[in-house]
Amino acid sequence: MDAWSVAGVALVTVVTVAAGSLGLRRARTTGDFYVASRAVTPRWNAAAVSGEYLSAASFLGIAGLVLVYGFDMLWYPVGYTAGYLVLLALVAAPLRRSGAYTLPDFAQLRLGSTAVRRTASLLVVLIGWLYLVPQLEGASLTLTAQVGAPGWAGGLLVCAVVLTAVAAGGMRSITFAQAVQYWIKLTALLVPAAVLATVWRARGDRLPESSNDGWLHPLGSGLDHPLYATVSLIVAICLGTMGLPHVLVRFYTNPDGRDTRRTALIVIGLLSAFYQLPTLFGVFGHRYLPELASGSSADATVLLLPERMLPGLPGQVLGGLVTAGAFAAFLSTASGLTVSVAGVLTQDLLPAAHHRGERIRRFRASAVVAIGVPYLLSLSGLRISVAATVGLAFALAACTFCPLLVLGIWWRGLTDVGALAGLVTGGLLAGAAVLITLLLSPRGGWPGALLAQPAAWIVPLTFAVMVTGSLATRWRVPRDVGHVLLRLHAPESMTGDLPSLDRSAR
Amino acid sequence: MNERTRITHPRTTAVRPGPARPPAREIDELTPLGELYLDSLLRSQRRTAFGVCAATIGLLLALAVAVAELAGWRTITMFGVQLPWVLVGCAIYPALWGIGYVAVRLLERNERAFAELMHQR
Repeated sequence: MDAWSVAGVALVTVVTVAAGSLGLRRARTTGDFYVASRAVTPRWNAAAVSGEYLSAASFLGIAGLVLVYGFDMLWYPVGYTAGYLVLLALVAAPLRRSGAYTLPDFAQLRLGSTAVRRTASLLVVLIGWLYLVPQLEGASLTLTAQVGAPGWAGGLLVCAVVLTAVAAGGMRSITFAQAVQYWIKLTALLVPAAVLATVWRARGDRLPESSNDGWLHPLGSGLDHPLYATVSLIVAICLGTMGLPHVLVRFYTNPDGRDTRRTALIVIGLLSAFYQLPTLFGVFGHRYLPELASGSSADATVLLLPERMLPGLPGQVLGGLVTAGAFAAFLSTASGLTVSVAGVLTQDLLPAAHHRGERIRRFRASAVVAIGVPYLLSLSGLRISVAATVGLAFALAACTFCPLLVLGIWWRGLTDVGALAGLVTGGLLAGAAVLITLLLSPRGGWPGALLAQPAAWIVPLTFAVMVTGSLATRWRVPRDVGHVLLRLHAPESMTGDLPSLDRSAR
Repeated sequence: MNERTRITHPRTTAVRPGPARPPAREIDELTPLGELYLDSLLRSQRRTAFGVCAATIGLLLALAVAVAELAGWRTITMFGVQLPWVLVGCAIYPALWGIGYVAVRLLERNERAFAELMHQR
């Protein structure tokens, strides 16, 4: 039982709930609930986006992967950052201007099709759950490693805190909580990293011991077809970021399209600062925690390293600090995902509620389902690395929502039939690849490589299906596509007076 | 901002007609000239946005292949760290931010040009 870790987890929990109840007093309308009434400034929102985005995969997973596989895993954080650049350029401002709250809203607005909307809703829920499972697994792993809690405890604690904070205050309260959590996470890695680097220099150790180590070199991970895996990973993460449900909804909280781009630019800066650190932990871990390389607990690298390098009280204090940071990571990502998934469940997968109180009650009930199902899945004991599972969620998003968004925003010719065909093709293929990888974990050869990193071949295929399907049904191009595209692309100063887009009236 | 926003489902609300105001209104009526203006905005933004994405993904893929294939880079070290680690672990991040900065500037410039064109008429 480690008192410092308990104190760290308790502190982060209290801060999250306190920030949530601060927002509770102000969350009065449904607009507060879903999008904080769209009045968040770029700096606050950028910290909140980063706070929400830096998940268990970033905080624990990358260091573990670097420890085991070495150089090739540096592409994970690079991709996580570059994804925001692609999002900034292609979708940030137009999507904010569309006035939609969620991806299904956008699909409906652009294509006027309930079938496409429902399919998009289903995909949001699947991607959200796939992303939530590793967060809850990471929480259980952390509490087990640091305080010896049973395997179900960490995930349950995260569920309880998230439901308290989210169901009480909705989006407004978590904007503040998540902005704070970015800085908690940065501090929780930066301080230990600085101390450990000083210790390492003082000892005059070499990292790693031998320069012949394949670990040190590109494509030296020992996995099959490493170059294909690297390329496909970059594609999945760069294009998948835009399709993550919890990321998009955060950008809707900016006042206008211009602020949305500026937010994305600040996010790239904040992520760049953070992502220098997990690599350092992975490298130190390779030297000082070599036994983790062969087991399945490499995700614990960040947690175990301080005490290994610095026995005694200083190591315990730093251990408590990284545990607190890890919990901030689970809580912020899990709360963002829970709000997004619950929002979609309430809007699209439950019958319409007309009374406001009834809507908020349903939102709270949906939140329980949104995080309860992945919690049960996280208990099933399928253990693949946290970062790898999150990578699969990115791949599923890249294979479905990326083509829908890119073609919907930039191409007049997209039709509902083409979009639906593409979503179904990409969703089924990527979903099958994810399931086979998770359940059967095929190891060797091309089939294993293509299934473990499916984005590089499914994304182009989905684009092709959407374009072909749209061209074949050209008469179904929505007649108002010009109205929609004008609102997506023209600055708000020009379009503010135009009648708002509304599908139901046409 | 304490303004209240009423949120309703897109399928349940009705169109609220706004006051008629040129010039965006005219494009919105989708006259042939309006379509032409819209297409010019779309074209300039599309060129910028896809150019930025191509530059980003191109840079990453080129770097991935370069560090994999150019074994000579491994013998170069900076502060005791091999060049591939420096490039992919550290130096790439400022480059990505720089591309983002340029992207924001270019996209906003296109929007300003479009707004000016509309107001000149």
